[in-house]
Amino acid sequence: MTATTMPAAPAGHQSLNLRGQTLRTPVLGAIAVGAVALTALLYLVTSIHSRIQFVLIVLLLFSIGQTVASVLVEGARRARDRLVTTLVYGSFLLALIPLVAVLVAVIERGAKRLDMDFLTHSMRGIGARDAGGGIYHAIIGTLEQVGLASLMAVPFGLLVAVYLVEYGTGRISRVISFFVDVLTGLPSIIAGLFVLGFWILALGQPFTGFAGSLALTILMVPVVVRSAEEMLKLVPDELREASYALGVARWRTILKIVVPTALPGIVTGVMLAVARVAGETAPLLLTVFGDNSINMNPFDGEQSALPLYIYSQAGQPQQVAIDRAWAAALTLIIIIMLLNLIARFVASRAKVK
Amino acid sequence: MATRIEISGLTAYYGKFKAVADVNLTIEPKSVTAFIGPSGCGKSTVLRTLNRMHEVLPGARVEGKVLLDGEDLYGPGVDPVNVRRNVGMVFQRPNPFPTMSIYENVIAGLKLNGVRKKSLLDERVEESLKGANLWDEVKDRLNRPGAGLSGGQQQRLCIARAIAVEPQVLLMDEPCSALDPISTLAIEDLIQKLRSSYTIVIVTHNMQQASRVSETTAFFSLEKTGDPGRLVEYSTTSQIFSNPKEKRTEDYISGRFG
Ligand SMILES: Nc1ncnc2c1ncn2[C@@H]1O[C@H](COP(=O)(O)OP(=O)(O)OP(=O)(O)O)[C@@H](O)[C@H]1O
Ligand SMILES: [Mg+2]
Repeated sequence: MTATTMPAAPAGHQSLNLRGQTLRTPVLGAIAVGAVALTALLYLVTSIHSRIQFVLIVLLLFSIGQTVASVLVEGARRARDRLVTTLVYGSFLLALIPLVAVLVAVIERGAKRLDMDFLTHSMRGIGARDAGGGIYHAIIGTLEQVGLASLMAVPFGLLVAVYLVEYGTGRISRVISFFVDVLTGLPSIIAGLFVLGFWILALGQPFTGFAGSLALTILMVPVVVRSAEEMLKLVPDELREASYALGVARWRTILKIVVPTALPGIVTGVMLAVARVAGETAPLLLTVFGDNSINMNPFDGEQSALPLYIYSQAGQPQQVAIDRAWAAALTLIIIIMLLNLIARFVASRAKVK
Repeated sequence: MATRIEISGLTAYYGKFKAVADVNLTIEPKSVTAFIGPSGCGKSTVLRTLNRMHEVLPGARVEGKVLLDGEDLYGPGVDPVNVRRNVGMVFQRPNPFPTMSIYENVIAGLKLNGVRKKSLLDERVEESLKGANLWDEVKDRLNRPGAGLSGGQQQRLCIARAIAVEPQVLLMDEPCSALDPISTLAIEDLIQKLRSSYTIVIVTHNMQQASRVSETTAFFSLEKTGDPGRLVEYSTTSQIFSNPKEKRTEDYISGRFG
């Protein structure tokens, strides 16, 4: 025995009992198998046959079985812990189901038609029953319309957010905040109707890609403002004060300290906004109009766009058109994912390593 | 290159709340002055009026005069940005800029004020980091993030950042309160080194620290919560700690209240 050994607990001292009992993995496995078996039995004798319900019932039975076993072996506190853990993981898996299902469905059906030929041709001269055709014109349209909308909405939205966080006090900023909230809830077709009524009908402008990007801008601005505002608010005041204390003017502090600190979050918010408007159909329907041939110029003449293309193709009875719609949907998802990756890459380059 | 600070009739408000009232004191050039007193008596507030950081908070305002070599900081036409270039500040919690490397942190003040010349910047980084006793620890990793340093190193980085713009006066608000004894010692050594070129004002809750680093001490206190804080006694540090004139100073020093 060394000198550092603790003296033995005095006689009669109650053991601390730090270990407690634990449910063993085989027991949990048995409960899981039991839950599946019971559910299968239920499916045999009753007329339920939904796959989602199967998963839910298994989950429910497993939680019940686990809780009962745990109360018996481990005690109530551990049982509660296990129950909540199961619920949290279960909800996570449930939330994944629609996401995975959508992705699988789109990839399964979209991959069929998605090839170079499809990406580099327009629908010009393709008849209703023809198998060929492509989405080149729609990709051009979407990129230009969303690009123009971002060019207008992102700087404007950022400036508004900077105003609200750094300068805004009192009534003006409350009024702006209110309008941003109203805009956030604006149904997208209203944005389209507004551009149609104001820009196209009242001012006599033609249907163009630019008219579409105006409508998209209206939808993007509130998303950019709200997310940038939240991110700017997270920048601690200590950093602003540190900068002021160095004799740096306020606007430079905002430009060089506050915005860079919030940049990764702002980029994420902007990407959310881009992703949101890239999939908008209704406002484009009223402003861009849709066209089957390639039009590179967003300021002159009708254009197409991926959501419009999907909408018009999916509405047709021929299988060839429906296949084209799926392939276009897959393309849209890929484009948004690529934009996201690029934006994240750019934002991460701005950080010190 | 150091500057005399004369504070007269200084009263500071947060909105309607009068935080400190009627402070008068003169701080000699190239000296270290300690502000001590119980929590909430307005030490930080007075300190922040010396580089016009007080008014950064909404609703905060100041009455009275602060003369820097005879010129009133609160006079008409004075630009707070220019004031702060001459009066640097180190905060209680180390606050390096998280998006910047160690190198960029040190020259942030210069760079943000438009200095571009690489040779000058390089020189100033080495000078300031050496001045802040940090050079040896970081010279091999100047391009790593400033936020990756230990708390004590971060605080010395912030001091380097403050002295890189070559201010006349250096204000420190409890610069050691988040640090371990070794880092505290490093900072106290640093203050000894800096006193030859700067006028330094330091707020501290640590009486030993005040007696170790400062030659003059100002004791602030307040009657009861809700009242404004006031300057109770201002004298040489040895006088304050060995033979204070005021009963309240003595009580505070000897730990009988506060
Ligand atoms: N941002 C603020 N808004 C409103 N009141 C404030 C603010 N900062 C400080 N005060 C008040 O002003 C008074 C003086 O505060 P100050 O921070 O100067 O005290 P202090 O002496 O530095 O205290 P400590 O030693 O705890 O740092 C306190 O009553 C405090 O509640
Ligand atoms: Mg304080």
